[in-house]
Amino acid sequence: MDFSDTPAEAAFRAEARAWLEANQPTEDELSGLDGLEQARLWQKRKFDAGWACIRWPKEYGGRGASAIEQVIWNQEEARTGTTFGVFGIGQGMAAPTLMAWATEEQKLEHLPPLASGEHIWCQLFSEPAGGSDLAALRTNAVKDGDEWVINGQKIWTTGAHFSDYAILVLRTDPNVPKHKGLTYFFLDMKSPGIEVKPIKQISGDSGFNEVYFTDVRVSDAQRLGAVGQGWQVALTTLMNERAAIGAGGGGAGFRQLFDLATRVQIDDRPAIEDRSVRAKLANWYVQEAGLRYTGYRSLTALSRGELPGPENSIGKYVGAAKGQDMASFAMDLLAMSGAITDPEFADAAGLFQDAYMGAPGGRIAGGTDEIMLNILAERVLGLPQDVRVDKGIPFSDVPTGAS
Amino acid sequence: MNFEFSDEQNLLREQAAGFLGDNCPPSAVRAILEGDAPFDADLWKQIAELGWTATTIPEAHGGLGLSYLELCVIAEELGRAVAPVPYSSSVYLATEALLLAGSDAQKEAWLPKLAEGKAIGTFALSEGPGQPSPRALATRSAGGRLTGSKLPVADGDVADFAVVVAGSDAGDGASLHLIPLDGDGVARRTVETLDPTRSHAKLDFDGADAEPLGADGEGWALTQRLLDRAAVLFAWEQVGGSNAALEQAKAYAMERYTFGRPIAGHQAIKHKLANIYVKNTLARSNCYYGAWALSTDASELPVAAATARVAAIQAYYFASKENIQTHGGMGFTWEFDCQFHYRRAKLLSVNIGSEGVWQDRLIAAIENDRAA
Repeated sequence: MDFSDTPAEAAFRAEARAWLEANQPTEDELSGLDGLEQARLWQKRKFDAGWACIRWPKEYGGRGASAIEQVIWNQEEARTGTTFGVFGIGQGMAAPTLMAWATEEQKLEHLPPLASGEHIWCQLFSEPAGGSDLAALRTNAVKDGDEWVINGQKIWTTGAHFSDYAILVLRTDPNVPKHKGLTYFFLDMKSPGIEVKPIKQISGDSGFNEVYFTDVRVSDAQRLGAVGQGWQVALTTLMNERAAIGAGGGGAGFRQLFDLATRVQIDDRPAIEDRSVRAKLANWYVQEAGLRYTGYRSLTALSRGELPGPENSIGKYVGAAKGQDMASFAMDLLAMSGAITDPEFADAAGLFQDAYMGAPGGRIAGGTDEIMLNILAERVLGLPQDVRVDKGIPFSDVPTGAS
Repeated sequence: MNFEFSDEQNLLREQAAGFLGDNCPPSAVRAILEGDAPFDADLWKQIAELGWTATTIPEAHGGLGLSYLELCVIAEELGRAVAPVPYSSSVYLATEALLLAGSDAQKEAWLPKLAEGKAIGTFALSEGPGQPSPRALATRSAGGRLTGSKLPVADGDVADFAVVVAGSDAGDGASLHLIPLDGDGVARRTVETLDPTRSHAKLDFDGADAEPLGADGEGWALTQRLLDRAAVLFAWEQVGGSNAALEQAKAYAMERYTFGRPIAGHQAIKHKLANIYVKNTLARSNCYYGAWALSTDASELPVAAATARVAAIQAYYFASKENIQTHGGMGFTWEFDCQFHYRRAKLLSVNIGSEGVWQDRLIAAIENDRAA
């Protein structure tokens, strides 16, 4: 057991740090650009210097780096504070799926623009009738010559309004059991017949959308995997989704809460001196540390060539609930000012209030808490699957609330 | 970075698990729970023969001179087996106290015997209800004689000597003393506790011969260092116990049928077991960090130890109570073994300071790091 870098790792860290320090975007460069443009500027700069998506093979726009080097890079990039989330779905979920299932020609065409930030991708999986029960999705594709014709509706699609491409799962055969009638595609979001409508969240933001399909045509060449193999391909994406969402901690963590507890008072003394405050903070520190070291253990396994497993569901499950409870408690510490979101008066520019309003989404996105527990129970502990009354029957015969 | 035990350490884990599976089955734990013997003397003898009592003692003092990572591996397996032996008192506390503060003569006198398992040592801090502090300690020494009472002292009825924390007017308000328990001025009697698989006693000292261990007025700081180190080792025992409780719950849930299927297939039970797994995994990962800090004597040890202990207390309590719940009424019967973990979990969550104390220590250690 050893936490220090090997000489090779230390050299890589120094190289990464030197490049990051020398190449930070200046205020002048960023001024006048919106968030998306700023993210693209930084991504392109990294790409041109060979620092984008560094674990990917070089021919796809990466650097061929190891898992450990990726972590070192992430640590160093986080240290400089220049990170943007908009490429996460494309690089973290679409790309691994393309790498596993696309043709070589498609990989060479689509992966480099993903790495450079030129193309942004979204994920069209969830539907009004298929969320936790994803395989119950109904948006259908009907074969017409060398093309498929898509009709239906997707929902909860993060970034659909600015995405260039999408990965999606469609029902291509309603007359077989639900998992067997699905097929996986990717398509151009500018295809005729796609309509994107933003969804306003409880936080007031509109990060995700409804996406409607009316006779949208996609080439059979953009199918990933065989017809009817869509569920298996989707699992590649979902595995990477949980790793990606689990990794994001957000800005309202232990450190910020600890600082708040030293700033505000209880009974004329800093809140941090209060025994009950200390107990709560300790519990969250313990959870945060536990997730961090669980990550180190996974990383060690990864560096020995093992595959990431379903145990990664822990990070998202624990992290999302913890964030919600911490934000709620932070507002309690602020007492009567806790509810203020007005930027002129809110503590820490409304950090905890934002976290509080965003947290319910974190516990749902990418698999709800309850789905995470089912995954851990079934795939880690080996407990029996839930009773499924739709098992083995053709999808078209499965009862729905609407019928 | 490498955050995993070595192949040799994992081999030791397999050997320890195999040995305890053969020599410390539930029936052996039950024999101590139900009988009059204070501990399993045969098991203790075999443990000593395997060299487990000698793990971290330097070779110059008759030990094996292995690292604390090996000791963590053994601790986890002893915890998993709910082993009814005085290992923790003798190894994590008495041996550690000698290694931390013992003079050469004291080390020479006791370490070889501790290594061989011929002597059992313990550590005496508590004097009754409430968290001990230097000011509250009524036990005092004067002119090499110690007077006062300690309650409860794990293995105090079977130990050959105790390291006793006494109040002092010097320095940090405390001093440590090494006291043989077979001498004049020492009375001891067994005290029943929640966990009869681990024997406890009340020790009464009336002018007992007391050798100072470390300097007068440094006893409280030494105690805190000792507890940080022991906290990591106890946390590994707790994690071993938590995982055993989860395995017990899972095994029962897989074979117990209700409504036409194993209860392990009902979401209420699946989610319960998954939540145990989550807490166990976080505790285990925190124990890894504690093991690293202990084995390298890192400056992060106070934070790492408190983190591991808080996580382990919470995980073992949760696993042990939800294991009974999963068993339903049978889990509440004397006949079933679920009680082993429910008893041991609570004993280990109060023995060297309870959850609240260690939550407070954790925040204090973080404050110290920030001030530094």
